[in-house]
Amino acid sequence: MDLLKKLKPMNQDKAPVYEALEEFRRNRVVPFDVPGHKRGRGNPELVKLLGKQCVELDVNSMKPLDNLCHPISVIKEAEALAADAFGAAHAFLMVGGTTSAVQTMVMTACKAGEKIILPRNVHRSVINALVVNGATPIYVNPDTDKKLGIALGMKISQVEKAIEENPDAVAILVNNPTYYGICSNLRKIVEIAHQHNMLVLVDEAHGTHFYFGENMPVTAMAAGADMASVSMHKSGGSLTQSSFLLAGPGVSAGYVRQVINLTQTTSASYLLMASLDVSRRNLALRGKESFRQVCEIAEYARKEINKIGGYYAYGKELINGDSVYDFDTTKLTVFTLDIGLAGIEVYDILRDEYDIQLELGDIGNVLAYISIGDRMREVERLVSALYDIKRLYSRDRTGLFDHEYINPQVVLTPQEAFYAVKEEMIPIRETNGRVCTEFVMSYPPGIPILAPGERITQEIIDYILYAKEKGCSLTGPEDERCERLNVIKEMKLY
Amino acid sequence: MEYWFSEHHTENVKFSVKVDKHLYSNENDLGRVDIFDSLEYGRILAVDGYIIFTERDEFIYDEMLAHIPMAVHKDARRILVFGAGDGGVIDELVKYDSIERIDLVEINDGVIEACRKFFPDVAVSLDDPRVNLYTDNALRFIRHIENEYDIIIVDSAGFYGPGESLLTREFYGSCYKALKEDGIMVNQHQSPFYEADRVETQKAHKRILTSFPISRVYQAHIPSYPSGYWLFGFASKKYHPVDDLDAARWNSLGIATDYYTTNLHVGCFALPAYVERALKDVEKIKD
Repeated sequence: MDLLKKLKPMNQDKAPVYEALEEFRRNRVVPFDVPGHKRGRGNPELVKLLGKQCVELDVNSMKPLDNLCHPISVIKEAEALAADAFGAAHAFLMVGGTTSAVQTMVMTACKAGEKIILPRNVHRSVINALVVNGATPIYVNPDTDKKLGIALGMKISQVEKAIEENPDAVAILVNNPTYYGICSNLRKIVEIAHQHNMLVLVDEAHGTHFYFGENMPVTAMAAGADMASVSMHKSGGSLTQSSFLLAGPGVSAGYVRQVINLTQTTSASYLLMASLDVSRRNLALRGKESFRQVCEIAEYARKEINKIGGYYAYGKELINGDSVYDFDTTKLTVFTLDIGLAGIEVYDILRDEYDIQLELGDIGNVLAYISIGDRMREVERLVSALYDIKRLYSRDRTGLFDHEYINPQVVLTPQEAFYAVKEEMIPIRETNGRVCTEFVMSYPPGIPILAPGERITQEIIDYILYAKEKGCSLTGPEDERCERLNVIKEMKLY
Repeated sequence: MEYWFSEHHTENVKFSVKVDKHLYSNENDLGRVDIFDSLEYGRILAVDGYIIFTERDEFIYDEMLAHIPMAVHKDARRILVFGAGDGGVIDELVKYDSIERIDLVEINDGVIEACRKFFPDVAVSLDDPRVNLYTDNALRFIRHIENEYDIIIVDSAGFYGPGESLLTREFYGSCYKALKEDGIMVNQHQSPFYEADRVETQKAHKRILTSFPISRVYQAHIPSYPSGYWLFGFASKKYHPVDDLDAARWNSLGIATDYYTTNLHVGCFALPAYVERALKDVEKIKD
């Protein structure tokens, strides 16, 4: 890729969408088109809320500003610059969140009747995409860390086994990294998958900075993966809901665009697109230095938190050459059970008592998201607050919730199950042997216990009841208390 | 020519001082420091556009932070002061022979350097052999310290910016831990008069209440601060601010003051009804 860059260097100083918007504003074009607020004039409260600058940028697609459904000018240029910055063959501006990027990857790679290999700790957007397109999931058991209670990456042996057992699968999806910063051996997975003519799709929702920082885990594009979904709005600094979809040389960009257009809005927000444009420019020009500081801040916080005693802020020492092939040190995750508090308790105390909001709290851990917007003074607050919480609230450690991975029995595809005739709201204890039509997710460890189309077993029922009792947060079912499940109606033949 | 310094006390209220000469201006990532001479208030130190210190009325603020806890504590030897790089509070503390050690933590050493140059009479106290200067973040300095100090004085610049961390629950909790079993913490508590400031006063009061068994508020008149009326917090593990005042002992020390007296000490804890009410509102929602 470096060679390619040298051959045709692009000027990353440019931000074509943003520049076109600026010029458009200077031209003072009279709007007889949508949006109806007309630069905010028709909605003064909106102007008060967002500011004049912001509402003036909220305009419609038109010739000088290009059109996201079929880019031919400034959006096309912005995408070319992004592809260059990320080392991709093609890049797509996405305005429906990284969820839309993930779903486009899945729907580009496979269709009804085809198989796709997934780690069980996939984001729910992946399985939702299967509800839409009808493909069959083949799950790979992610390794778990027994002490920390978090899902790790996929072991190469597990990936090989899944491929051997399903040689007809068309794609494999990899998290790079997981929410907790854990990376699988992506290069090796790409190698094995490509040997078997499978596409490699990478969920890089938490890995934007890998493309710009130094000494980071390998990126999907550098590893030779075919597609990647990059949450520019997470570590990249763009507006919430904006994202990039990247494609390698083995994927038809025109076909990807068609898939995107199946579900994408035809009124894409220029605020989101311009934010992607300027954020890409910022990272291309200053990302290396910014992420060096992010790493320094996270490393400092890790050291200071580990000095307190009782907390464990983990880092690269987790690396084991396989299921933790690499670790993203910008993720500041702290194991709290040794001070006798669940992660979710520390998470709540920090917000309610100390006015500090973290990214997540699960049974054993809290995760502080360190990014380009962080300053030392807030990190000092976080460290001191953790110290104070230990002083005031620590207690004897209670029983640890032990997660055992339960191999899912996929009876129907997510799509078949989702659209099947259902029996609704069956008490959970009475569902043994039935086929579930909805998700049951448990945090921790954030792995689906059930996805639509999977057989409910006594083991799964026991697990759900135990997780509930231990205070895990269960999400997914129509019954928000998770006491009842929707299942497939059984056809009785008599 | 007229040259005026203005500070917004609220969005709709401005406090202006006629400037004679602008002497110094420096900006770094910790903030902007300005020093100028004025005709009415003498030499003024402003940080981020807020008046921190004026020659004319600094005695009120500094005496009220230093003498209130010193007159209550029976045997204060080790003092920790946050902020106060101007030296004003230290200048009051060095008057006590009984004090053995004063640790001063100021994150912005630019303030200390500038004050040494432009307020040499006040900053001279920073050279007292009992004074130790630390350039450090307050939270980082204090979180590992336990049972070390008799009095902690928090001279924070304001509720926003680098001084913000001095108004947090984690900071007050750390101060509690760093104090000995009969320790006292005093801090500036903002003005209760303008609504935006009052909310911050209430927040600070609530946070201190959750960390200390005794928490009282006292007042002073400070003309150059917003509304001219200012509150301070007195938080303590053991001593009551008025019941445990030993007036005879303090008066026998013969310390010369311009604002503080032991009579005023008793009176300054009596607050106006609207202030009492604002504080009681948050005392009720004690967690």
